[in-house]
Amino acid sequence: MKALVTVKRVIDYNVKVRIKPDGSDVDLTHVKMAMNPFCEIAIEEAVRLKEKGVISEIIVVSIGAQVVQEQLRAALAMGADRGILIQTDQTLGSFSTAKILKTVVESENPNLIIMGKQSIDSDNNQTGQMLAALLGWGQGTFASELTVHADTISVTREVDGGLSTVELNLPALVTVDLRLNTPRYVSVPNIMKAKRKTIDITALETLNLSLVENNEILSVESPPTRQAGIQVKTVDELLDKLKNEAKVLS
Amino acid sequence: MKTLIIVEHDHVQLMPSIAHLVYAAKNIGYPIALLVIGSNCQSVAKSAAVIDNVSEVICADASVYEHQLPENSALLIQALSHDYSHILVASSTFGKNLMPRVAALLSVDQISDVIAIQNESIFKRPIYAGNAIATIKSHAQIKVMTVRSTAFESVAMSGHQAPIVTCDIVHDNNLSRFIKAENAASDRPELTAARVVVSGGRGLANADNFQLLYQLADKLNAAVGASRAAVDAGFVPNDMQVGQTGKIVAPDLYIAVGISGAIQHLAGMKDSKVIVAINKDADAPIFKIADYGLSQDLFEVLPELIAKL
Repeated sequence: MKALVTVKRVIDYNVKVRIKPDGSDVDLTHVKMAMNPFCEIAIEEAVRLKEKGVISEIIVVSIGAQVVQEQLRAALAMGADRGILIQTDQTLGSFSTAKILKTVVESENPNLIIMGKQSIDSDNNQTGQMLAALLGWGQGTFASELTVHADTISVTREVDGGLSTVELNLPALVTVDLRLNTPRYVSVPNIMKAKRKTIDITALETLNLSLVENNEILSVESPPTRQAGIQVKTVDELLDKLKNEAKVLS
Repeated sequence: MKTLIIVEHDHVQLMPSIAHLVYAAKNIGYPIALLVIGSNCQSVAKSAAVIDNVSEVICADASVYEHQLPENSALLIQALSHDYSHILVASSTFGKNLMPRVAALLSVDQISDVIAIQNESIFKRPIYAGNAIATIKSHAQIKVMTVRSTAFESVAMSGHQAPIVTCDIVHDNNLSRFIKAENAASDRPELTAARVVVSGGRGLANADNFQLLYQLADKLNAAVGASRAAVDAGFVPNDMQVGQTGKIVAPDLYIAVGISGAIQHLAGMKDSKVIVAINKDADAPIFKIADYGLSQDLFEVLPELIAKL
């Protein structure tokens, strides 16, 4: 069984976000970048399935500038077998991303696609579901547990009210949530080994896709900041304020 | 030009978010139709028909829709879409699972997690875990969006009677099957809909001490939440998590107990109307956003608070 896993290069989750002075976008110059944390969980899950003998090959794919090879190498060091980079300097929305990934899926024919549920930059939470729709596959989003059978996969999903389990016919697409696993630390020998693994680079233009971006960013601003209120000394004072000042208790 | 809102329900009742979604849709300015998808969902459709500002309720009632799975629900919505300029759903796990699938079938990007509607094509949404707010102009023929219900007021359900129209489009689902749901049983209000939320953090020290929070919640008819630290420490299950990676809440009153106020937690509750922080560490970041701070030992404060309410 062959698995395709996607990774995205995003701002490191520990970095504080700065907005450009002209308010046009978030400023990413000289900012530490890393693999999207949800993508890391997706890779980890694929590697665990390979260690269990469920999956025989893991292909990791990303879309972006040449520098995205860093994140593909990181995924290869975690245990993916080979990488694919669809190279472009364009900023792509989720639907374009899904269309590009569809062409990769059609040439690689994986049985299973594992993706992060969202990237921590645009927070869209849509590419996985879109790719599943374009392929006409079943989807298991926000996975906290996966069990692969011969022709199906059971996916336990984290939903608002608790957990929900669905069974999908293979091929299928899964997007992963935080609780699925804890990604491993990569060892130095594995980093060295990853340098010898192949990354196939394809220029986006050669795919001849017609890509239209629907969502135009007009501006980006800081969220309204909340002012610190007051310190109360006693429970009585707190209750008095909540009843008579804030009027949220009667 | 019409707006369609997908109704989230459990076949017994509507999720309260629907009244907020209708309020949000009023800003678009077109007639508002609701779509109820399910099996034996006529009574839910009837309760949706009394929501103010709704011009009609479409009821797609078929056994294949029993579990409201996205694979065939999205095909149904696609089939109905040509009458609409906007399709909305709450940005709950239900909406997030379903709506991007609809958007892809309609060849458009989705606008996710909308928190403000300026006009029919300009929307605001949080990015980077709410650390930035983007204003987006959608050039799509049809606007497919998920809406953060806590960002909008709600319309009344005052007994107005919108017509209920039956939709008999049936799409089978040969891709996925529902197996089971494990719901966290609770007779307290749902976290994202509660008027008052009390949340506990690592300061509670263990799972047993959450009983104190439950007692406080019972006095206030509140929902109980937790920080990621408390969830990761195993004090409470994950579905109680408030924060960027958990639930986003915006109640009238949010009481944070023993929570330091990590950015990831603040992202989930900073839009609450009134925030109270109880934490013995006077330097905890939660005090920087709290309206009322009480810097004392929670194990002394909580029993007193419970007794005096």
